[in-house]
Amino acid sequence: MSERITKSMARNIYFGGSLFFFLFLIGLTFDTMGELPKRDNRENITASVALGKKVWEENDCIGCHTLMGEGAYYAPELANVFNRRGKGDEKTFKQFMKVWMSIQPMDKPGRRKMPQFNLSDEEVNGLADFLIWTSRINDNDWPPNIEG
Amino acid sequence: MKYESQKVAKPYFIFALILFAGQVLFGLIMGMQYIDGDTLFPYIPFNVARMVHTNLLIVWLLFGFMGAAYYLIPEESETELFCPKLAIVMFWVFAAAGVATILGYLLVPYAELARLTGNVIWPTMGREFLEQPTITKLGIVVVALAFIFNIGMTVLKGRKTVINLILITGLIGLAVFFLFSFYNPINLALDKFFWWWVVHLWVEGVWELILGAILAFVLVKITGVDREYIEKWLYLIIALTLISGLVGMGHHYYWIGTPKYWLWLGSFFSALEPIPFFMMMLYAFSVVKKRRINPNNKIATTWALGTATMAFLGAGVWGFIHTLAPVNYYTHGTQITAAHGHLAFFGAYAMIVMTIISYAMPILRGREEGNPPEAQKVERIAFWLMCISMIGITLALTAAGVWQVSLQRLPETGATGFIDTQTQINPVYWIRLLLGLLFTAGLAAYLASFFISGRTESRSA
Repeated sequence: MSERITKSMARNIYFGGSLFFFLFLIGLTFDTMGELPKRDNRENITASVALGKKVWEENDCIGCHTLMGEGAYYAPELANVFNRRGKGDEKTFKQFMKVWMSIQPMDKPGRRKMPQFNLSDEEVNGLADFLIWTSRINDNDWPPNIEG
Repeated sequence: MKYESQKVAKPYFIFALILFAGQVLFGLIMGMQYIDGDTLFPYIPFNVARMVHTNLLIVWLLFGFMGAAYYLIPEESETELFCPKLAIVMFWVFAAAGVATILGYLLVPYAELARLTGNVIWPTMGREFLEQPTITKLGIVVVALAFIFNIGMTVLKGRKTVINLILITGLIGLAVFFLFSFYNPINLALDKFFWWWVVHLWVEGVWELILGAILAFVLVKITGVDREYIEKWLYLIIALTLISGLVGMGHHYYWIGTPKYWLWLGSFFSALEPIPFFMMMLYAFSVVKKRRINPNNKIATTWALGTATMAFLGAGVWGFIHTLAPVNYYTHGTQITAAHGHLAFFGAYAMIVMTIISYAMPILRGREEGNPPEAQKVERIAFWLMCISMIGITLALTAAGVWQVSLQRLPETGATGFIDTQTQINPVYWIRLLLGLLFTAGLAAYLASFFISGRTESRSA
């Protein structure tokens, strides 16, 4: 096949093809930006959710956990931890989070260890709010089951 | 060496390989932590080890790409580098910033590093692969701009070839898409959407242009095949890379809040992504078959063919196995992802850097005819050890991933929890660790091969 394609044809396919599909990507991006507000429940982003995201980032939680399937694969998925550990109830989940964060690292030999991050009550509460908010993003029903 | 200024590539290559050794060391640490969670805890928690492992990878590949550019741009442009001094200064700036950042990860808790570097002023930290403090990111931008200015001016004053134009396109794209790392909205869905504009458009976009250009340069040099033929293939390969890969980004937009149509678009276009890698493999072998010259540096050819093959396996085949949305629904974020990541990064990017080093380093060291046969023999053993053990690691992680999916993801009721699943998979992680040690042996042999002088050289010395 390659004998029939000349170098200038190949160059045109490169320039034309990549330009076309880059513009296509830009168009899709604009469309997605229009659709996202209907799916990401951004109206529920509170100051506490924002604080939670900051806590999430500044302790590099993504270095062990996944969040919506992205991150490291060393520790459980957390986009649905609100449903898994809090049974979908905010009060239950926040109580769980408070206890859970305070008992790390757990004294179980050989078990994967989560460090003690010494977070304040407000920070733990924010982290919980961030995870609750995240669990309500419409993510096409991922993950397949509660175990994440 | 045709141009004196190509010499600036040498420290870039050497430092890249030092960082590579560091990356592998931290890989071994994590391999042990997967088996025994107490390993080095609390001194090096897993997230710190992983950050060091992945950041060292990115930085050593960047050093390798820069070294490759400084070596091949003057030769392609048939002129001296615009400003060799700037290249050396930037080497030290980048090396110092890189070392300081890694030490920051290791010496203070990450939250403290965020505080010390003023993350609150412009928060960009704590996102996968973009963990660097904002000030380090700014440093990367400065280094990248100085670098692109330097090689851009060189290309402008010299001969324009398809190879140097595609290389510089890839490098400019690398710098431009990195700017998205400074955009970190509070809305996680938006954050994730544009995070991929760095990560996907790097590794499945512009980096493939860089890979293609470096491979084409080495093939021209080691085979003597007509440049027209090689350049035509290069155009076709990167054309298909971008045609499939740009919208192929949709395979990251299945489960992060983005609309449903990405399931179709991502599946369709990313399913095409293996094609350019397959073409690259065909073309590399066909170019070598047509070779007009047969230089003494045999091992450089092995690396070039190895890169094309391993890139096809890692990025092409292992990418394809979990890229279709109905499959990815179950495999997303499991050890399958880790398997693909390892073989793709090693096969495509680690190996292309070692390919150009294998070709250029002997010349930079005054061995115009390539390394002595004794050194090449050791390098060949290292090549096979690293390739085979990395395929082994990939197969082990794939097995772990399939096992994980069957326990944790497939059952609709009564699925096994994450930690229990991981405990059951433990035997596979032992195999992975042993293969990691084999890889380390391969790397040690590779590094040792640089110190073998052999008879050829002692005669000429």
